[in-house]
Amino acid sequence: MANNIQTAHRATAVPMKLNEAGSIAVSGPKRVTGGTPDDSNRVILELDAVDVFYGDFHAVDSVTIPIREKEITALIGPSGCGKSSVLRSINRMNDLIDTARVEGSIRYHGVDLYGPTVDPVEVRRRIGMVFQKPNPFPKSIYENVSFGPKIAKYGGNMDDLVEESLRRAALWDEVKDKLEQSAYALSGGQQQRLCIARAIATSPDVVLMDEPASSLDPIATLRIEELMFDLKQQYTIVIVTHNMQQAARVSDRTAFFSVDVSGGQRTGHLVEFSKTTELFTNPRESQTEDYITGRFG
Amino acid sequence: MTAATKRREEETKRQVERAIGRSGIDWTSVWFSGALVVLLLTTLSILLVLIADILMKAWPTFQERGITFVTDGLSLNPATAGVFTAIVGSVMIATIVAVISFPIGIAAAVWLEEYAPNNRFTQFVDTTVRNLAGVPSIVYGLLGLAIFVPLVRALGLGGSSDGKNVLAAGITMAVLVLPIVVITAAEAVRAVPYSIREAGFGVGATQWEVIRSHVVPSALPGILTGTVLTLARAIGETAPLLVIGVATGYFAPAGDATLADQITGPYTALPVVVFSWSRQTQAEFANTLAPAAIIVLLAVLFILNGAAIWLRNRTEKKW
Repeated sequence: MANNIQTAHRATAVPMKLNEAGSIAVSGPKRVTGGTPDDSNRVILELDAVDVFYGDFHAVDSVTIPIREKEITALIGPSGCGKSSVLRSINRMNDLIDTARVEGSIRYHGVDLYGPTVDPVEVRRRIGMVFQKPNPFPKSIYENVSFGPKIAKYGGNMDDLVEESLRRAALWDEVKDKLEQSAYALSGGQQQRLCIARAIATSPDVVLMDEPASSLDPIATLRIEELMFDLKQQYTIVIVTHNMQQAARVSDRTAFFSVDVSGGQRTGHLVEFSKTTELFTNPRESQTEDYITGRFG
Repeated sequence: MTAATKRREEETKRQVERAIGRSGIDWTSVWFSGALVVLLLTTLSILLVLIADILMKAWPTFQERGITFVTDGLSLNPATAGVFTAIVGSVMIATIVAVISFPIGIAAAVWLEEYAPNNRFTQFVDTTVRNLAGVPSIVYGLLGLAIFVPLVRALGLGGSSDGKNVLAAGITMAVLVLPIVVITAAEAVRAVPYSIREAGFGVGATQWEVIRSHVVPSALPGILTGTVLTLARAIGETAPLLVIGVATGYFAPAGDATLADQITGPYTALPVVVFSWSRQTQAEFANTLAPAAIIVLLAVLFILNGAAIWLRNRTEKKW
């Protein structure tokens, strides 16, 4: 733990470039586009034949995706295809559902996250999460950001860490004078950026985002997308989205999921996983092509 | 625009006007809402008549005695009898109830809502708690007489009352309100949105940290309101106290008694005083003193309810 925080602190020494990029935000002419992913990036997370069950319900069937460091990996597909289930199994949020069960293995730096000695709490400190609806704590803006580091016994200067996290989430300038105010006083888009600041305050390696912009207006959505683009300099991001344009704009690689409605069950499975540019311009599977061209069904 | 088009538009307008226009008075609705108002007023007026009646009867006492009615202790003489002894008894019982039932009840609620696995045992506990909340208070009195009075005696705290003191009464009342504390606290905990728990777990908090830092603080306004209202219930209850040996007549005023003597000795409480005075042979007790004691009891309950609302508003603002 201590080691991880130090690593992160070293990383916080180069934020200014990011801040400038973040503060350009909506007004700037910057286009957000998926980068050209580099195959030399290390695979940080390996989903290997992952099955997700809820009781008897087989939600996801055998998903294999390698997730590379400092890239944005998008999971897309129709409702009920299991992309959120896969995302939530990565940081063991599925553990919170009594009946949920994960089979196969998810390896983080080669370590099986579902191994018998793994502490899910420690996993979540390294693999943070941003949820579909902004869900700040009913506390002050400052406390929202500082809670994670506080329970992780962060030893450095908390004020600096809070400022740093808010700057990286491109929110600092809007909230610096009202850190003690309720997080609920912020707009939806600001709340979601606060949730991103909260997620990165614990210096995770990986940030999981479950449709982070689906409850936001287009301008707030654009800000979140730009922010993701900045964040991937330091973090590995996995995003679930309904919005194909969003996946095309921000992600380096895309996994397309679909759902089998056979035998009365709706079991999701991975159809295709490749570089985003390839998946959207030259899909290998006809199912993918149907979906991205809007002829799904 | 041609005349034909104009005519068609006029015709459409008329049709729409007819379609969305009012078609007379909805008598069912009028009748029903009227009936509801009448029923409401009936209920309220019964309450108002009751309070007015008691206030009128109590008025001479407050006029003659003023604050001394509240500060005087028990007496056989109607001219000097006051409710102070009863207020002391009620306050001591309420304190014991709060000290015992709040921590246990809130802890049980948090366990039931946050930790308990969804199995038969949990369902059994849940159902039992709900059933206990509906058990008549006199049954708790019998429980107190059978268990808590001997328990207090066995612990050497019986004092001059031989166990029939505020300790036994407080424990009995605590057990009586415990199911209600559990139910209201559990409801408050359940009302905390799941997304707040997810947010806590998402930044690497343990279950204990999520509960301590987020769930309980968010549920606190609801928990406080519920628990303070149960205190009001404990203060108003009479039947169990009568069973477990509250003093219903005069007993030696604890003039030179120490606090320990007061706790272990005989005691009375506000509703019990109302009960015993209304049975006294001397007319003044039943006709003017009992109503005055009722007013004091109502005032105490009113203050407690006010405190509950104040606490809720305060904690809600603070988040």
